Amino acid sequence: MPNMRPDKVAMPVQDPAVRITNFDEVALGYTPEMAVEEATRCLHCKHQPCVSGCPVNIHIPDFIEKVAQGEFEEAYKIISLTSTLPAICGRVCPQENQCEKVCVRGIKNEPVAIGRLERFVADYHREHNDTPFEKPQSNGHKVAIVGAGPAGLTCAGDLAKLGYQVTIFEALHVAGGVLMYGIPEFRLPKEIVQKEISHLKELGVEIITNFIVGRSDSIDSIMEEGYEAVFIGSGAGLPNFMGLPGENLIGVYSANEFLTRINLMKAYQEDSDTPVQHPTKCVVVGGGNVAMDAARCARRLGAEVHIVYRRSMEELPARKEEVEHAEEEGIIFDLLCNPVRVIGDDQGWCKQIECIRMELGEPDESGRRRPVPIEGSNFTIDIDCMIMAIGTSPNPLIRHTTKGLEVNRKGCFICDEDGLTSRENIYAGGDAVSGAATVINAMGAGKRAAAAIDKKLMSE
Amino acid sequence: MYKILKKEALNPTVTRMVIEAPFVAKRAKAGQFIILRVHKQGERLPLTIADSNPEKGTVTIIFQVVGETTMLLNALNEGDFLEDFAGPLGKPSMIDGNKKVCIIGGGVGCAIAYPTAKAFHEAGADVTTIVGFRNKDLVILEEEFKKVSDAYYLMSDDGSVGEKGLVTNKLEDLITGGEKFDEVVAIGPIVMMKFVSLTTKKYNIPTTVSMNPVMIDGTGMCGGCRLKVGDEIKFACVDGPDFDGHLVDFDQAMARNTAYKSFEAHKRDEACHLLNKEVE
Repeated sequence: MPNMRPDKVAMPVQDPAVRITNFDEVALGYTPEMAVEEATRCLHCKHQPCVSGCPVNIHIPDFIEKVAQGEFEEAYKIISLTSTLPAICGRVCPQENQCEKVCVRGIKNEPVAIGRLERFVADYHREHNDTPFEKPQSNGHKVAIVGAGPAGLTCAGDLAKLGYQVTIFEALHVAGGVLMYGIPEFRLPKEIVQKEISHLKELGVEIITNFIVGRSDSIDSIMEEGYEAVFIGSGAGLPNFMGLPGENLIGVYSANEFLTRINLMKAYQEDSDTPVQHPTKCVVVGGGNVAMDAARCARRLGAEVHIVYRRSMEELPARKEEVEHAEEEGIIFDLLCNPVRVIGDDQGWCKQIECIRMELGEPDESGRRRPVPIEGSNFTIDIDCMIMAIGTSPNPLIRHTTKGLEVNRKGCFICDEDGLTSRENIYAGGDAVSGAATVINAMGAGKRAAAAIDKKLMSE
Repeated sequence: MYKILKKEALNPTVTRMVIEAPFVAKRAKAGQFIILRVHKQGERLPLTIADSNPEKGTVTIIFQVVGETTMLLNALNEGDFLEDFAGPLGKPSMIDGNKKVCIIGGGVGCAIAYPTAKAFHEAGADVTTIVGFRNKDLVILEEEFKKVSDAYYLMSDDGSVGEKGLVTNKLEDLITGGEKFDEVVAIGPIVMMKFVSLTTKKYNIPTTVSMNPVMIDGTGMCGGCRLKVGDEIKFACVDGPDFDGHLVDFDQAMARNTAYKSFEAHKRDEACHLLNKEVE
């Protein structure tokens, strides 16, 4: 008889008043007792909608059954069949739009907390078991991966499990992509990211850091060195600016710069050599997850933080949970307004932004109501820091240095559903193809490309 | 990890190092730069590639000791290792051999001006070099420059070596004396590049400057290094570092480079303290 409690077992979290003074993880994770209790809520339905709701198709009811029986290591083995990065996915996937969205228990009550259970299993394994992964038998084929973000790591993991010799080329000094430089420590501890990546190394994946494909070497010369296929998972790391007057004043950051200084370079720590401004009053422009991350980081550096977003609360693209966490932490939402210029002092620092109020008009192509400025409603906010979190585009370096790779007008690679680009044996996936999207979609794309690469190379 | 093969002091504050970095050496061209980290908590520091040898897999860097990171770098010796060394980054300089070019280097900027002068010389250009230093103790790369220059002028602020005066004085003298430069390339402190550009603007001589803004990743993902060039915003790490000197907003670039002044001063003091302790 399944446990018919209507709601998920709650996740313990750090108190908001405490957590704004540190960068430690906010969500503390289930205890074994909580995990077993939650796992018994799964109905084990025959058609398993959750599995197809997961972009990497984890065998969800199977692993949850093992959790319910207290067989946590067995549960981990089941997850590992399809996912190499469960501690990450369990934390950052928007489960409410994926596996949990289609959970049968969610029709009348709350869905099973699949993400929290996945996280529990991965954390339990990491804390209780350090047997390395077994290196698979080599099949003699070589594949190169460009970019060590979620797409590249997943593609590499799947190919390595099939016996491919995989090399990842990464531009930064550490692998992980947005998992390292973008998503803050308090949502995704970096030690956990590196631990998951070390599993790939156990599978035989070689990771070459400080290697900028397009500069350190081209895709074509990499292929000449015996790599039979290439997967491009270079992401969408180029920050967008609004082109406002005053946007180059000191104190105006792209979210990428602010987050890179904090997450990758650990600028919030005393012993880091990388500086970051510690603002007193900071405006973050944008309403996505990146805006929430930047705002919550600025809050932890001691600032009063305002989110400036041109639509209303309803349209905020960030995950609901992130918005709630931000609100609990005292982030102020200035909605239906948009910056028009940044005003500086005589030393070149930003000191005010001028905004205009907006109202919502007719829905646009995206189906969201279009914000329209209200004439004469301009007002100013005093600031000493401004963070632009209005989206990113793919970096042009690879497309500029590789002949015959077709891109669309946004600079994203054009691919078929397997991820095959306009060049033979060159595949791409993740944000480099879709534009800025989610970690798990990138992982799904990496997985599909790995399957396609395997099919192609095995048929030759 | 990247091994330091050779270390040599060029003057009391400027050091040359040869680093083992085969991937960088293979593709490095004049005008490009690298980003290094000295140690695990270290910041990412951009430095221009002063020379490279693809056969030996080596890259030469020249740096001035100005703050914490360059101090820690200078404390390393031959046989020690750098944590990270990424590159080559940025666009190579546009080298056109069919012209008469004037290369202007200021202070440690001469380390960057030298590979550019050498590349123009090797491409067959007529190269005039003007270098400027504060005083005679700070002069670097004199022999190297002479080898690749058809004419070489050395200026110093106090007249202790070469001619007394600024590089812009010499440039203006040469132009008014009848020298016809097809292009001027200025590399050094922003204020020097600004005044060279103002000078050449009067005579309508195309001018290239090599910008040196604050950088973090150096791969185009953060925009920390952005500059106003004409009406556009450019990222120096991917669109540059070379730009048209008549279009760059130098005053804004100078202001942006002061963003972390107090942090840097604090870190430099800490590093001094640390290094002194190790000596004791």
